[in-house]
Amino acid sequence: MALDLAQFHDAFFDESFEALDTMEAALLKLNVGAPEPEIIGTIFRVAHSIKGGSATFGFAEVASFTHTCETLLDELRGNRMQVTRAITDLLLKSVDLTREMLRAVQHKQPIDAQRMADVQFDLELAIVQKSAPVAVVVAAAPTPVPAPARSRAASVHSWRIQFRPYPQLFAHGNDPLRMLRELADLGDLNVVVSAQNVPALCDLDPESCYLSWELTVDTDATREVIDQVFDWAEGDCELVIRDEHAAAAPTPTRVAGEGREGATAEVVETPKQGLGDGSSIRVSTEKVDELMNTVGELVITQSMLTQLGTRLTGSLSEQLRTGLAQLERNVRELQESVMRVRMLPISFVFSRFPRMVRDLSQRLGKHVELKVTGDQTELDKTVLEKIGDPLVHLVRNSVDHGIEMPQARAAAGKPEVGVVSLEAYHKGGNIVVEVCDDGGGLNRERILAKARERGLIGPQDTLTDEQIYDLVFMAGFSTADQATDISGRGVGMDVVRRNIKELGGGIEVRSTVGVGSRFIITLPLTLAIVDGQSVSVGSETYIVPLVTIIESLQLQAGGINRIGGHQEVFWFRDGYVPVVRLHEVFGVKPRATDLHEGLIMVVEGDGRRVGLFVDDLLGQQQVVIKSLETNFRRVDGVSGATILGDGAVALILDVPGLIRVASLRAAA
Amino acid sequence: MTRQANQVLTFTLGDETYGVDILRVQEIRGWAPVTRIPQSQAHVLGVLNLRGSIVPIVDLRMRFSLPRAEYTPLTVIIVLSVESAQGRRDFGVVVDGVSDVIDVPAGDVKAAPELGRQASTEFIAGLAAVSGRMVMLLDIDRLIGGEVAAAASLPVAANA
Repeated sequence: MALDLAQFHDAFFDESFEALDTMEAALLKLNVGAPEPEIIGTIFRVAHSIKGGSATFGFAEVASFTHTCETLLDELRGNRMQVTRAITDLLLKSVDLTREMLRAVQHKQPIDAQRMADVQFDLELAIVQKSAPVAVVVAAAPTPVPAPARSRAASVHSWRIQFRPYPQLFAHGNDPLRMLRELADLGDLNVVVSAQNVPALCDLDPESCYLSWELTVDTDATREVIDQVFDWAEGDCELVIRDEHAAAAPTPTRVAGEGREGATAEVVETPKQGLGDGSSIRVSTEKVDELMNTVGELVITQSMLTQLGTRLTGSLSEQLRTGLAQLERNVRELQESVMRVRMLPISFVFSRFPRMVRDLSQRLGKHVELKVTGDQTELDKTVLEKIGDPLVHLVRNSVDHGIEMPQARAAAGKPEVGVVSLEAYHKGGNIVVEVCDDGGGLNRERILAKARERGLIGPQDTLTDEQIYDLVFMAGFSTADQATDISGRGVGMDVVRRNIKELGGGIEVRSTVGVGSRFIITLPLTLAIVDGQSVSVGSETYIVPLVTIIESLQLQAGGINRIGGHQEVFWFRDGYVPVVRLHEVFGVKPRATDLHEGLIMVVEGDGRRVGLFVDDLLGQQQVVIKSLETNFRRVDGVSGATILGDGAVALILDVPGLIRVASLRAAA
Repeated sequence: MTRQANQVLTFTLGDETYGVDILRVQEIRGWAPVTRIPQSQAHVLGVLNLRGSIVPIVDLRMRFSLPRAEYTPLTVIIVLSVESAQGRRDFGVVVDGVSDVIDVPAGDVKAAPELGRQASTEFIAGLAAVSGRMVMLLDIDRLIGGEVAAAASLPVAANA
């Protein structure tokens, strides 16, 4: 059949990766000893559909490997094998491997055959050595599925299946032969084929399916298993499944709410249109970004019109203004809706932690429980993408350094199981993410000693707790006595802070010795919009992000001191702060050159404070950030641009960058 | 298709006539005050809002070291799309005025003579004689595409 299956590859990979995530999550939920049948069912289905898909697309290795997984899972499902910790570990390993294999296949790279063989061997070994609670002992044959002896009389069900494929069945990658073989694996299969629809040879389209089947399977397999055989043919065939044995009894329906469409629970399947389940659609992020841009422009156009409207007089102007006010409301709503499209629940990031904490604590010999709250809190996709790594780092630190060994915990009178909690919630216009542990807390004295040793602070310096905890964010700082492969090399916390700052957020630490530590991350809801203060310098307008501003003040004539006759400084709160004349850095002709004629805006970036000298403050507003790099290039001291209400462009200051530029100038 | 005839938009800078491939022209608009960009070359005047995107504006007179002219309401900005190493960019160039759209058969384009150090011909894709006037056809990718690359390779303050 000369059909190009490659066009379905993307969809297959997308779905498989998603399915693997589901499988991983389900495995982590699985209770050792008392596994829930539904969860095992979910896991089994994932392995099964990946196997089916890979076989169809000719990814033999993936198919073979997932087949082995499926065999093992089938044993679990049939209660012929117990769910042990070792088994879940093995299955998690298999999930990882399947993911890697699929990725390799996707990028047309070779598969790590050795690793696959190893894991596959372990799986097969597990199947052979199953600790069967059921008395049935099956001959130890690793693969394929050792079919337990079945007889017609013993079969629970006798499934009568009318399978009438639509002509396009092949086009969607389905192979009826494969389905029949699968059914044959389940029990005694009786096949009656109907060829009455096959046209004359001259009219025959070799890529269409003309045959239909009447099948009878005597098996112990449940309705679910039968359904799964036809899973991939959904919508491409007419399917009627009836249990002859249980004719009087209602047909067992599938357990709904497991991620698969509930519609399959119906006895007679109606063909479905498309792949989507109706509640969501896949849209490329580019399309959303485009929409976002257009709405951004609409906002600007609307504010231009509003400004114009206020200047009009006459009988109709009042009506116009009412209309414009209405437009403003609508546009704002539209903007919020589009923004929401980009928002994803933080569970996308949180979902990786159960697995990570489990693996880590096992490796370290600690007992750690992860508590997640607020994982439905929504964040802009861009922020979400960038917050993953910093969070991984913090969680890793909490497990590695925070939580003590079980003996130490017991000695301290704490429960042996340590708790790491992840919490996300809204606060003001921000999202707050907290990573807490009930471990030993930061050791104030050790941090101080280390900082002195490294020369980060002087031997006589006295610091507040806050300042001391802040030291852990310095580059190259680690108090762990031994660097492990998990953490402790001191690379990281500074990167964590930098990444978070780059997102326009902040991080702080609270800690109590013996009780635990709490890392509090504050993030903006979105990167597309910033709260800014407009300032004017000469004829130019600049936007200063509100988060960087500490205070704006007017200096008295005598308030200025000079260092070395050049650098101007002034006293602010608890120290001298250098003055950065914005007009000099940016080469603009200002209105005021005397420091007491203009205004000083104290801003902070990268932990340094400077007083920005500007002509005047204009107003606060939310601005849509536009990149300068789209058509031009990066400019030092400028993070982007925005379009003001009158259509003019204003640059948004990058305060840390600006401070660097200014200090380079001062050094030159 | 007429035999390899390129449509060219011609414009003037002082007494000279230049031409650019019409397919590269995004739009033509009047002069409007721009927002200055700090730390950029003198001929990059600043950026302008072009229906929501931020577009840099280059003064071609300054780029070619011609005497500066006053910006009047008749001064025109031609927005061009440029292929650079970083991908497609939109750039605006300030010119004295737009003249015409002409057909230039490929055979009529002559190579610019090498003039040594007298004049820089690297941005000239060729010369064409159109009704007795010489039109300099600009290679805008080289003229402006380099702008982004060159600027990006400037020693960026120690934050790399």
